[in-house]
Amino acid sequence: MTRTPEITNVARRSVLLGLAAGSFVLAIRLPARAQEKKFGGEGMPGGVKDDPKLFLSIADDGTVNLLCIRAEMGQGIRTGFQTVIADELGADLNRVKVLQAPGNQAKFGNQDTDGSRSMRHHFLPLRRIAAATRQMLAEEAAAKWGVPVTEVKADNHGMVHGPSNRRLEFGALAKGAAARPVPPADKLVLKPVSEFRYIGKDVPLIDNLDFTTGKAVYGIDARVEGMAYAVVARPPVLGGKVKSFDAAKTMKVPGVLKVITIDPPTPPIVFQPLGGVAVIAENTFAAIKGRSQLEIQWDDGPNASYDSVQYRKTLEEAAAKPGQVVRNNGDVDKALAGAAKRLSAEYYVPHLAQAPMEPPSATARVTADACEVWVGIQNAEAIRTDLSKRFNMPIDKVTVNNLLLGGGFGRKSKPDFASEAAICSHAMGGRPVKLTFTREDDLQHSFFHTVSAERVEAGVDANGKAVAWLHRTVAPTIAALFVPGADHEMPLELAMGAVDNPFDIANFRVENPAAAAHTRVGWFRSVSNIPHAFAIQSFAAELAASLGKDPKDFLLELIGPPRLIDAAAMSDGWLYGEDPKVYPYDTGRLRAVIEKAASEAGWGRQMPKGRGLGISAHRSFVSYTAVVTEVAVSDKGEITIPRVDIAFDCGAVISPDRVRSQLEGAVVQGISLAMLGEISFKNGRPQQTNFDGYELTRIDGAPTEIRAHLVNSAAYDKPLGGVGEPGVPPVAPALTNAIFAATGKRIRSLPIRDQLAGKV
Amino acid sequence: MSKFTVNGKAQDFNGDPETPLLWYLRDIAGMTGTKFGCGQALCGACTVHLDGTATRSCQVQVGSIDGKSVITIEGLSADGNHPVQKAWRDLNVAQCGYCQTGQIMQAASLLKDTPKPTDQQILDAMSGNICRCGTYPRIRAAIKRASGAA
Repeated sequence: MTRTPEITNVARRSVLLGLAAGSFVLAIRLPARAQEKKFGGEGMPGGVKDDPKLFLSIADDGTVNLLCIRAEMGQGIRTGFQTVIADELGADLNRVKVLQAPGNQAKFGNQDTDGSRSMRHHFLPLRRIAAATRQMLAEEAAAKWGVPVTEVKADNHGMVHGPSNRRLEFGALAKGAAARPVPPADKLVLKPVSEFRYIGKDVPLIDNLDFTTGKAVYGIDARVEGMAYAVVARPPVLGGKVKSFDAAKTMKVPGVLKVITIDPPTPPIVFQPLGGVAVIAENTFAAIKGRSQLEIQWDDGPNASYDSVQYRKTLEEAAAKPGQVVRNNGDVDKALAGAAKRLSAEYYVPHLAQAPMEPPSATARVTADACEVWVGIQNAEAIRTDLSKRFNMPIDKVTVNNLLLGGGFGRKSKPDFASEAAICSHAMGGRPVKLTFTREDDLQHSFFHTVSAERVEAGVDANGKAVAWLHRTVAPTIAALFVPGADHEMPLELAMGAVDNPFDIANFRVENPAAAAHTRVGWFRSVSNIPHAFAIQSFAAELAASLGKDPKDFLLELIGPPRLIDAAAMSDGWLYGEDPKVYPYDTGRLRAVIEKAASEAGWGRQMPKGRGLGISAHRSFVSYTAVVTEVAVSDKGEITIPRVDIAFDCGAVISPDRVRSQLEGAVVQGISLAMLGEISFKNGRPQQTNFDGYELTRIDGAPTEIRAHLVNSAAYDKPLGGVGEPGVPPVAPALTNAIFAATGKRIRSLPIRDQLAGKV
Repeated sequence: MSKFTVNGKAQDFNGDPETPLLWYLRDIAGMTGTKFGCGQALCGACTVHLDGTATRSCQVQVGSIDGKSVITIEGLSADGNHPVQKAWRDLNVAQCGYCQTGQIMQAASLLKDTPKPTDQQILDAMSGNICRCGTYPRIRAAIKRASGAA
């Protein structure tokens, strides 16, 4: 779910550089303009805005209205933003209402909700917004009372003057305060951490009542006067198109209004609709029924032979041979040749689908001179850009109302479904149309998580110390969306765990052999961290076992002493868009979460037969996570998970309850992909069509207990890390490491499913 | 023509009798608290109470419910204070919240029939409802919290 600042440009740049004579230096170094490079929120398209007049208003009755520029998809950002504003402003939390901003990057700054960036990039700007507003209210009160502004303080939704014991409510001051100039940033006084009232405390979810009564409005719930409903029959194979079709039976289905064709995309496919035949009807069911009556002959195109069984062999063959070098320290070949012991292993993680519970759905109204869209989307600006070009109208004529997302996980960072809704509305002469993906559509036409083979080899000296590390990562790249034929991982994919590996090993090389993409590869929560962490953390435990060492002790030994590692020293040219000077890799923090998870889980305790503990740790999205998982494996090989301890250091925590909930969810999602997750292709088509084939962990497969431990959570003076994604990557290897501890069986290929059946 | 009630209100439907109750509720009656997740009774997002029993509304044709009573999340309680709804809020169960209306309807049905469910009964009753955000530990805790009060 991580997006580069200028995705098309960066994708193109990295691919061009990646093709440049196999030079890893070129591939990972930033261009000459790097000196001017902006980082963090400032480096995102549109940057960060902190003008309070854009985001905050106070009504006469004192209600504070906050315009939230980040999409809410379950991470609790609406509650988080409310918390920060209320605290810094001195407001009553319950009187801060949060409204969702429409998409408008030029006006509001970057709104792209992915990459675990929302609080990381907005904690300080939000505080500045609230502090400026508080100061304007204080100045207004001081002027009314004729007292120095320094004597005026905010107190629970009012301003008070202590010496004269006077008080005015925010509502009474709002109008006058709003007419005052916004104080400059360098004149703002932020609240001392010791006075935080809501930040760092558990508060109720702002949308709790709506969530529990059915009143919460998601993209799929939009209702626009006079709207029609549509579904699309899309080419079953990427790159396919309609050869011919007959809609006669469809048109006889009660409620069907119109059948139209949608053009296939021209390369690069980016986020374009896939083309096909749309059925527009008076309700969703009529559209679905109508679609089932279509007779379509497809031309499948060049990806018709995509077959996951064959492709896996291709990946594994590539992993067995040298590939483009993307990080190189020391002399790995020499160190391996001289090693007392060598070990290697291969790991496989298949394609996954994000499968948010709310399938992609959007409602659009396209008239001659304006578009309006109602949708739950991670990146509203992507819709505005697409529709503005598609219908040749200024971007200001494209309005995107962002509703709640019923889960996103990266799928809804792409605007394809809104484009389809708009195409349908246009074809209906401007009648609004709600376009819905059925679950089958969602699983067949996702932007899938990549599929990867990871080969790791290490050499160990006579003292049992690792002296050489060779990691080959082979996976189709997201870049292929933007550059046809791109076949190497982008720097941002490699820097999701593969190159930014902190292991204290002098001879260290990472290679990235080529892999062609035959389906749309896109962002999935945690992205390439998933396969990279699975391989590295599994292999660390394998090495420990082969040396007869405790996996936790050996993991700490691999990580080495507490130190700060510069991104460049690991050939990390991405660092999640952050400033390397501000976010060095801090191995002390990684060690600390390992120690925390281990002590909380009772690492080292005696386990009964069939039970085991597994450990793993990983940094991603500039946060540090460690997981200890306890598994129980029955005689028949059935796996249950009594408990997971997850220790997490993202720096300062604004909403502890929401951070814990993200970690709990990350554990369940990590277990789900490890146990069950797989999209496999045959004849170019995903073989899974619904939740019977693409299984997700249910309540009976979830851990009985998940304990989240927050480390360093009061470090408000330090830069923040991400929260939404970094919980996921260490979950799968902690589970397979635990299975090894319980059974002696090493699982190197996901999903686990019934690999233990009859083998324990 | 099919006549039934939704949250006590009489409904007359003259359209395609094969229309699933889910789509009747969402598209025709305009009640969007009941969610579409899979259309195949595999996820539980569309759970309603049909004559008092938790039912996947995506699998119920409107033509087949003449004379029956449907309760949706909007009608589970007058003020949103059903013990299950309260427990869900007390524990901040929801993440994205999308599946939670179905989860709540399923849990309310469980507690109506089994006021003090065992851990296994909770798992059995709730395993048809998928939560992609992974709120299961809190769902389990909320059901226990509401148990006995429902």
